[in-house]
This record gives sequence, structure tokens and C-alpha cells, in this order.
Amino acid sequence: MIEQNLVKVGMADLNIATDGAVLKTTGLGSCVGLALYDPIRRVAGMAHMMLPSSEIARETNINLAKYADTAIPELIERMIKAGAYVERMKAKMAGGAQMFAMSGQSDSLRIGPRNVESCIVMLNRFRIPILSQDTGGNFGRTIEFDSINGMLSIRSVQFGTKEI
Amino acid sequence: MSLFSRFEAFELDVLKEVGNIGAGNAATALSRLLDKPVDMAVPKVSLLPFEEIAERVGGSEQIVIAVFLRVEGEAPGNMFFIIEEQSARRLLRQLLSMDAEEQHGYSEMELSALCEIGNILAGSYLSSLADFTHLLMAPSVPAIAVDMAGAILSYGLMQYGEMGDSALLIETTFLEDCQSLEGHFFLIPDPESFQKIFRALGVVSE
Repeated sequence: MIEQNLVKVGMADLNIATDGAVLKTTGLGSCVGLALYDPIRRVAGMAHMMLPSSEIARETNINLAKYADTAIPELIERMIKAGAYVERMKAKMAGGAQMFAMSGQSDSLRIGPRNVESCIVMLNRFRIPILSQDTGGNFGRTIEFDSINGMLSIRSVQFGTKEI
Repeated sequence: MSLFSRFEAFELDVLKEVGNIGAGNAATALSRLLDKPVDMAVPKVSLLPFEEIAERVGGSEQIVIAVFLRVEGEAPGNMFFIIEEQSARRLLRQLLSMDAEEQHGYSEMELSALCEIGNILAGSYLSSLADFTHLLMAPSVPAIAVDMAGAILSYGLMQYGEMGDSALLIETTFLEDCQSLEGHFFLIPDPESFQKIFRALGVVSE
């Protein structure tokens, strides 16, 4: 088998891949990993987002990739620059878990589901359909997205690997 | 981030001492539980990019057992007690003569026992810290997870996410019997808590 070119996406980071490269991000907990894909141009993008909204940001130079509401427009723009069309884009996502079940949960501890909700809102705004998702639960995930066939493979400790 | 770049060397030393006192008491508690001497490494205080934090326990995908406590009170923060699988099994065997079967995960009883061990150790860490600083620090009910280190630790970084891309953590490692049992404490005070800790200890900045 030919070794595929792997593009790593860190925490609060985003990147794009073309020419059959594979995008990978590890250790998604309450963070959401979003994969976007233009099936005709074969341009793929991935973002590893930590927080739902940049409104709460208290930093001066915000890292666009960290917040769902800023990461998604930025990712789309980067993909368009690489030749993708937003009208053709499809989305898949994973993550948004609740790692610890705590009693008396405050809103900040429900961050996983809120991240997922925020992603859905943003994707609807750009009219990008969500083909599949594997979100929620209480476990971590590592995801890999193949820019050739648009398969998202998800690995977790308890459930092994699956593809969506 | 700019908040932390102002930290002076002596302030970092103060935080190291915080880690030393807390983990020292926790190590004593563990030593009593095991009835064996437990050694402790010099605490490390570091401002780390999110990406590198999980590297401290073997990488983002390393499977670890983590007990998480949210610290409430005057100096809120997040606390993790993290051990690797081998150490966890050894702990279970030594303390409770439970022989956790390899590969089959953990039973509810074993997880509950590990959670309680984490709770005792983190509790002694925090209570010694509270005595030392005269700050009220109340740990929440502990929660346990067996999962990828990256997924677990990112949970404790949310408060930092709003401020920058790195977090300050106070890390202490302890060893029993030459590394046969290794555990890590991560105390990640909320960004607002540092000034309170400094003030409580008479380190006035600015």
C-alpha cells in the first residue's frame, strides 16, 4: 500500500488537504472535529474546535480555529482558495463528548453538546449538508479524513474504529 | 496569554512550592495506603501550549486513567490525577488484591476503587494547599474516565480557551519503587485564581 500523506491538525487548529492527503486530529473530547469536503475537486478541510462561540473570547488576537463560529468560515475560505466550491461542500463531524459525568452541571461543563449545536448552526448558515456525524457520548475520539473518498474514520478506546 | 508572560521567576517558584506542598501530602497519603515509601519528583510549573500538555503523559492518544475534580471556592481550578494502565492495575493489586484482567477493561468495582484512591490523594493535595494559603478550596465529587489523554485533558482547559492557546499547569510526578508505579497530578488553576494564590501567600505583584 502506498503511504498516504498525513496532515496533522492540532487542538484549536485547522488545515486543508488536496491530492489524496489524509487529515488527522487526535484526542477529541468535548472538542468537535469537523471535516468538509468538495467531492469533485477533492479538496478536504478539517477543524478541531474547542469552544462554541468567539463572543466569550477574552484574548486580543483570537485564534480563529478555536471557536466554531470563526473556524468554519475560515476553513471554507481556505478551501475555496484551494479550488473548492462552497455549494458542493459536504460535512461530517465527530466529537462533542462529555468526558466526565458530573452532578450539578454548570453550563461550562456541557461544552461538548454546545460545540456540536454551534457547528450545526454555522453549517446551516452556509447551507452545507451534514452527511453523517458521530457526536456526544462520554469518550474520546481520534479521526482521520480521506480527501479522495471523503471517508471519515473514527477511533475510540471502547468501540475501536468505524467509518462514516 | 499576556496575563502569564508577566509572571516573574519568583512567582513561578511560589507555584512550584504550591505543587510541592500539595503533592507532598498526597504522596504521604499514598505511602500510608500502600505502606511503602513513595518518592516524588521536583514539581514543574509550566506554561504549555494546549497541544503539548498531553505529551506530558505520553501523547494525545495514550490511554490513561484520570480522576477529575473541579476545585471550587476562592481559588477555583481543575485537578487531574492521572495514572497509566499498568500503574493502575498495580495499585489495584497492591491495595485491594484485585487482579484486574488484562485487556478486559475495568469492572465497575475497580473503577470505583481507583476513583476513590484519586479522591483521597487529590483531597489531601487540596486540603494541605487550603491550609497553607488559608483559601477555601472545595473539591467536587470526583469523576473517573479511562480514555485518550488528549480528550481528557482538553476538558480541563476550557477556562483557558477563552484567553489564549496555552495553560499554566502545576505538575508533580510521584514514583513508588523505582517507577513501578507512576502517577501525575495536574493542578490547572483558573486564570483568575493566580492573583488570589499570590496574595494569600504574601507575594504581591505590582
